Amino acid sequence: MGLIHAEEMTLNIGPQHPSTHGVLRLKVKTDGEIISEITPVIGYLHRCFEKHCENLSYEQVIPFTDRCDYIAAMNNSFGYVLAVEKLMEIQVPERVEYIRVIMAEYNRIASHLLALGTFGLDVGAYTPFLYMFRDRERILDLFELTCGARLLYNYMWIGGVSHDLPVGFMEASYRFLDEFEKNITEYHNILSYNKIFIERSADVGTMPKEVAIDYGVTGPNLRGSGVKWDLRKDEPYSIYDKFIFNVPVGKGLMGSVGDCWDRYWVRAEEMKESVNIIRQALDKMPRKGDVHEALPKKVRPLKGSIYYRTESPRGDLGYYIISDGSSTPLRVKMRSPAFTALSALSEIATGWMLSDVLVILGSLDIVLGEIDR
Amino acid sequence: MIINQKVSDLIELNFTGVVIVSEEPQNEFIQIQSEKWLDVAKYIKTDSELKFDSCQCITGVDLGEDKDFEVRYNFHSMKLKHKIEIRIAIERKKPSVSSIEQVWRGADWLEREVYDMYGIRFKGHRDLRRMLLPEDWKGWPLRKDYKTPNIYNGMKVPKVRKGWD
Amino acid sequence: MTIDNLIIWFQSWLPFNINIIALFIAAVLITALVIFAIMAVNALVAVYAERKISAFMQDRIGPMGQGPGLHAGKWGLLQTVADTIKLILKEDIIPKAADKKLFIIAPFIIFLGAFIALAAMPFGPYLIASDMNIGIFYILAVSSFGVIGIILAAWSSDNKWSLYGGMRSAAQIISYEIPAALSLIAVLLLTGTLSMQGIIESQAGTVWGFLPNWNIFNNPFSLLAFFIYFVAGVAETNRTPFDIPEAESELVAGFHTEYSGMRWAFFFLSEYGNMLVVSGITVVAFLGGWQSPVQGAMEGAWWGLFWFLTKMTAVIFVMIWFRWTFPRLRVDQLMTVAWKILLPIAFFNLFGVAIWTLIVG
Repeated sequence: MGLIHAEEMTLNIGPQHPSTHGVLRLKVKTDGEIISEITPVIGYLHRCFEKHCENLSYEQVIPFTDRCDYIAAMNNSFGYVLAVEKLMEIQVPERVEYIRVIMAEYNRIASHLLALGTFGLDVGAYTPFLYMFRDRERILDLFELTCGARLLYNYMWIGGVSHDLPVGFMEASYRFLDEFEKNITEYHNILSYNKIFIERSADVGTMPKEVAIDYGVTGPNLRGSGVKWDLRKDEPYSIYDKFIFNVPVGKGLMGSVGDCWDRYWVRAEEMKESVNIIRQALDKMPRKGDVHEALPKKVRPLKGSIYYRTESPRGDLGYYIISDGSSTPLRVKMRSPAFTALSALSEIATGWMLSDVLVILGSLDIVLGEIDR
Repeated sequence: MIINQKVSDLIELNFTGVVIVSEEPQNEFIQIQSEKWLDVAKYIKTDSELKFDSCQCITGVDLGEDKDFEVRYNFHSMKLKHKIEIRIAIERKKPSVSSIEQVWRGADWLEREVYDMYGIRFKGHRDLRRMLLPEDWKGWPLRKDYKTPNIYNGMKVPKVRKGWD
Repeated sequence: MTIDNLIIWFQSWLPFNINIIALFIAAVLITALVIFAIMAVNALVAVYAERKISAFMQDRIGPMGQGPGLHAGKWGLLQTVADTIKLILKEDIIPKAADKKLFIIAPFIIFLGAFIALAAMPFGPYLIASDMNIGIFYILAVSSFGVIGIILAAWSSDNKWSLYGGMRSAAQIISYEIPAALSLIAVLLLTGTLSMQGIIESQAGTVWGFLPNWNIFNNPFSLLAFFIYFVAGVAETNRTPFDIPEAESELVAGFHTEYSGMRWAFFFLSEYGNMLVVSGITVVAFLGGWQSPVQGAMEGAWWGLFWFLTKMTAVIFVMIWFRWTFPRLRVDQLMTVAWKILLPIAFFNLFGVAIWTLIVG
């Protein structure tokens, strides 16, 4: 009788799976429960965004940028529009700046609500998901009031925004913000400090600082590992230098610094800071102004290139735009934060169990539309 | 720009004949020749005055039908809070450049994507294969002279142009 | 005992003498039919209740309708009936590489586990199919029959994911049997008999004048035993927070991934049947069974049925509440809870009840 031969099994998670946040395929080598190697395979949602941009004019690219990261569409087009405006040296009126910041911060809250809700769903908590979606619906109602669309807006235009804030927006905003702050405490009670949730996510998938910086991970994932880096404060763009807000950093409250619970907690705290920013913006905003006054007649930047970064809910979103003087760009490259975050998965997920891999994937908060473009 | 000059001076000091400095409005960059690129990369990561520990973005560029390719790198330093752009010109016939995947781990996937779209081979990359397109796709899509194939794996590729003009 | 009573009743009005064995079989068949009806009605009502309760907890309404024939009946009452009709009419798919005989048998074995356990469940003072003098022991022994069905279902599906789910489930059920049994032994120390009706009758009377003499109020150790048994019971039925075997977000659907239509419905019938058994034992052993909480009032055969059903419904409600509040535990954490936490506490508890009985009672 020979020795029992234990073989490693290659398992396939996805592309159709209830909790891979999109069409992602994970090739997993495991000996039963512990993972020895994990390889993400992407490209199922590739729509050749960058090739399209070379045949479209600069304004026509904006709806395409929305569809890359469809959960935080405002931030995507914000980044693109800022990059083009910098290339063309356009100065937008102050009211437009404030409106853009309000919309971007609302979308940040909506995106974080979805991230936290689906994270809870991966762990098995069905109820917080629905509570968070209830609040997300109210934000989407505000967007619908302004520009008519709930998910993909085409709102930020080069030199301005497409619609001014409608009558009733500010009152609805103030009401929503007051109610939402109470709800954040409710979410903490039901999910964040729940003993079972802490067992599942604390000390799991720890990403040390050096690994995070080496892989180019940014945003809440980097802040969860203890690095205080936020583009809104360190390289301020638009009018973010006028607002007072904190940058939450993971401190390892429930486990080690940089585990899944820290990344979750950083996102929950960031929602509170976004509420702060929106309140300050609504108070300080100039009450009158024409949002269409700086729209250029022809978008024809000078020859040159620019790499511009903004802080999207997933990390720092970079646009590298090369212009050759004509009305269509020569090259638009979108550097998506979820792309680099997913590349770090193979390093931080080896050695954990199969159930943990899904928890780690959920805590990285990826959107396949942004990764595949 | 001050930081650019300082970086290019430091690189020139250690690796002679490598740097060509140019400027564009809105964007300052350093042009480097591709022979000593791996050594320069290791140098800018470890030198105490530069400390570029984060590779932000790697972009492949096709400047036109009869011009060269270019690979443009954007680096950023978390510790010293400065950034730089480095460009490397690559010939069109057999495009290849050294891979910096072992210096910055994040460059791994970014270089695979440039390979996938342009066909630029990264020498020394441990796992260079296609990333966004299927493994058996023929052609390099983002090149300016790319023509979409007519047949893929026995299926006809639809080419509908209505509504795109 | 109902079966004995049925036989006697048959003999009383039949004009000629029939063989006793034939009468026995007839009585057993009738009782079995009644128990099957109880299980089916329980599944119908429990599924509807779960959907509505979960909906209210999640800030939405759940299945709604405008009246019979329109959508799903008023307030969605006919929703489960509609679902059952749909499941019966579905195509029966058996994967090509599956082991056909085992694939077909597996749901029935799981169903059997819950079905035969209900033979000893006292629904009222005179409503029990068979009052064995080893009642609780019989139920504990027979309800672990379902594990075989789960393993068969997982293995015969020829699907790596199902196999995962089946193995996890088998490990989980076997591990949680032990704390459950130990906490029930604590009850047996207090009552001194294994028969179900005997346990209930020993909880008659009051303690401190107004509190009913149920086992949870008897002494603090039996209160602890109640919690241990309830947690272990929830784990036995594969409900959240212990629902790793059918974890939707991880293994698609665990060991019943490949089942569809009526076969899948059988799994669900068995799950709710198991919930019935576990809550039944909880009520009998700890909450006084069919005894009324008010001494002297509302007692009698039909009141007993009413009280039993009410208490059982309350326990099932708590199980549903658990499912929609808590996240789920990972497999190794599940095992840690069973072996490193519940088991020592159950042992300590047993010791405590024994000492208490020696000193006080």
